[in-house]
Amino acid sequence: MRKIKFNQSVKEALTLSMLRDKKVVLMGLGVTDPKGIFGTTKDLGKKFGSTRVIETPTSENAITGIALGAAIKGMRPILTHQRVEFSLLSMEQIVNQLSKWHFMSAGKQKVPIVIRMIIGKGWGQGPQHSQSLEVLFSHIPGLKVVAPSNAFDAKGLLIQSIKDNNPVIFFEHRWLHDISGNVPKKSYDIKIGKAKIIKKGKDITIVSFSEAIVQVMRIYKFLKINGIEPEIIDLRTLRPIDKKTIINSVKKTRKLLVIDNSWTTYGISAEIISIVTESIFKKLKKSPQRIGIKNVMIPSSKELAKHCYLNSKNILEKIISITGKNINKKKKNLFLKKINTSESDIPYKDFKGPF
Amino acid sequence: MNKLYRDLYKKIYKIRCVEKKISTMYKHQEMRCPVHLSIGQEAVAAGVCANLGKKDEIISTHRSHAHYLGKGGNLKNMIAELYGKDKGCAKGLGGSMHLQDLDNGIFGSVPIVGSTIPIGVGIAFYSKFFLKKNNITTIFFGEGATEEGVFHESINFASLHKLPILFVCENNLYSVYTGLKDRQHVNRSIKKIVESNGIESHTSTGNDVLDVYSLAKESINKIRKKKGPIFLEFKTYRWLEHCGPNWDDNLNYRPKGELKSWMNKCPLKKLRGKIFSNSKKNNTLDKIEKKINYEIENAFQFAKNAKFPKKEILNKFIYSN
Ligand SMILES: Cc1ncc(C[n+]2csc(CCOP(=O)(O)OP(=O)(O)O)c2C)c(N)n1
Ligand SMILES: [Mg+2]
Repeated sequence: MRKIKFNQSVKEALTLSMLRDKKVVLMGLGVTDPKGIFGTTKDLGKKFGSTRVIETPTSENAITGIALGAAIKGMRPILTHQRVEFSLLSMEQIVNQLSKWHFMSAGKQKVPIVIRMIIGKGWGQGPQHSQSLEVLFSHIPGLKVVAPSNAFDAKGLLIQSIKDNNPVIFFEHRWLHDISGNVPKKSYDIKIGKAKIIKKGKDITIVSFSEAIVQVMRIYKFLKINGIEPEIIDLRTLRPIDKKTIINSVKKTRKLLVIDNSWTTYGISAEIISIVTESIFKKLKKSPQRIGIKNVMIPSSKELAKHCYLNSKNILEKIISITGKNINKKKKNLFLKKINTSESDIPYKDFKGPF
Repeated sequence: MNKLYRDLYKKIYKIRCVEKKISTMYKHQEMRCPVHLSIGQEAVAAGVCANLGKKDEIISTHRSHAHYLGKGGNLKNMIAELYGKDKGCAKGLGGSMHLQDLDNGIFGSVPIVGSTIPIGVGIAFYSKFFLKKNNITTIFFGEGATEEGVFHESINFASLHKLPILFVCENNLYSVYTGLKDRQHVNRSIKKIVESNGIESHTSTGNDVLDVYSLAKESINKIRKKKGPIFLEFKTYRWLEHCGPNWDDNLNYRPKGELKSWMNKCPLKKLRGKIFSNSKKNNTLDKIEKKINYEIENAFQFAKNAKFPKKEILNKFIYSN
């Protein structure tokens, strides 16, 4: 199958959706600019014209309300924020209006809006440009929250999100944009609310999502070679959450580690552990564990940020401790040395931005 | 040479050379944070800040280097901040987009567009009702910020309470790659919007530092006499890319020739021209330049030699005592 990057698959999803339905409209600051939101909207303005691809003023709050007004009349707006932090200016519209409008109209009005939010990380972006705020939105009834980890899922889930008649918050992690994957040319849907078992295993269930999946997959082979067979679940959708897939897996492995893309406190990982302990507490052999980024603000200096972000070493240690399997120390250290990218604030050695 | 000319020249030259140095050193990947350079826009910061005392407060945005330097912010600490070092003005926690220097009245800069406008209003609110001194607060922002609701809410409050604020809008025609015409109606006048909130407002060219200086001086005098806030819009232009050390005219988001025509209005060249038409000798300028170049070299050495912050700092500032 053809391989394309995550950002290209987002662009294909947008293009196919706009071709399929004339009511689909793309809005946001930068959607027509020469870089096209990290390549995801590049040249779409030329293809669809300025009534379908619309630059906006720096007015996040108003634009979100405007999208709502247009949506209840039949438009299907897709809003874009180059950093999730910018969407915080529109929190009132999202939390009070978008999420509740259908409910408040007793089901008479629909709000088919997708809000794309890009999560930053690394390159010293600091406290206001590198947060993973998925949980803020996942808390709110009426919103759907999607966070794909790879190019294939991104395309199918975005197409499905655009077809959905509810507000969908669509998270794209900046570090995923340049990672390639197998992606069919044609249009296809991936159901919202369905997790995916990306690796079958029996020793431990690992639940994760978005870029954190990449951190886990870097150590998967090493675990297998050393006799640990994890079952890895990619949540893909954070709300509504796929309880069944998680519970069935933990029933089998009887051990759970959740790897959060963000802070663990009150986080997605807290929710998943609650779900599991509430329903199959007695099946668990060990207390469920979670790991995420450090519970502090993310600093700019790379020497500090490296202590905050997730890293494969901590994940590996955690898995070893939960499964209780012994791995030769020398072998482990050698492996960690090998995968250790010398810089922790860039996804690849040759990454030069834009951020 | 006239003292005013000398002071203004020092400021503009310093801002220009610091930004150029950052631009050339960036490729070594030791300054690992996004940088929004102010080359081309130096005159606004220099002309306004030349009228401010050490105790007067300023607050700025993602593009804060010029304001920080114009206001007399510590250069060594600024460069160390860009290098992520413990001697940085925010101890490496913030990077280029979070410059501050409390000793010199620089209260903060943040990369969320518009967000420091109400914070600046709050600083002035305190000054007026609690400090009872003659301080004024200058709030720097780009024209993009005037598209945010919080700008409008803030100017109304400032006007209502006649707060001692100088609002300084640097209109450089762009918000990232998006030109004004795609964001604001051609007839929209920021000046008139602010005026209709009951605030004295002016719009002016922003590349002639002497013009900026006089307008700011007159305005600041009025503000100090407790006449309430004043709004100034300066038309200016950013030469380099929105974020990063490079030129980006090849991307063609700006009309052909636009950059060139603005480069012809270079704030540094303009001032130099004025100085030379008044006096023939240029050795004072040479001396000034030499001293500043030396200071910049020192600051970069200082930043490079400084240590990275220790891990323990991460837990230190989550809450105050
Ligand atoms: C609330 C918010 N929205 C969007 C952005 C992305 N952004 C970063 S800088 C910038 C440009 C703002 O333009 P302007 O205020 O004119 O400042 P300039 O960069 O021209 O100095 C934008 C839109 C942001 N940082 N914050
Ligand atoms: Mg601007």
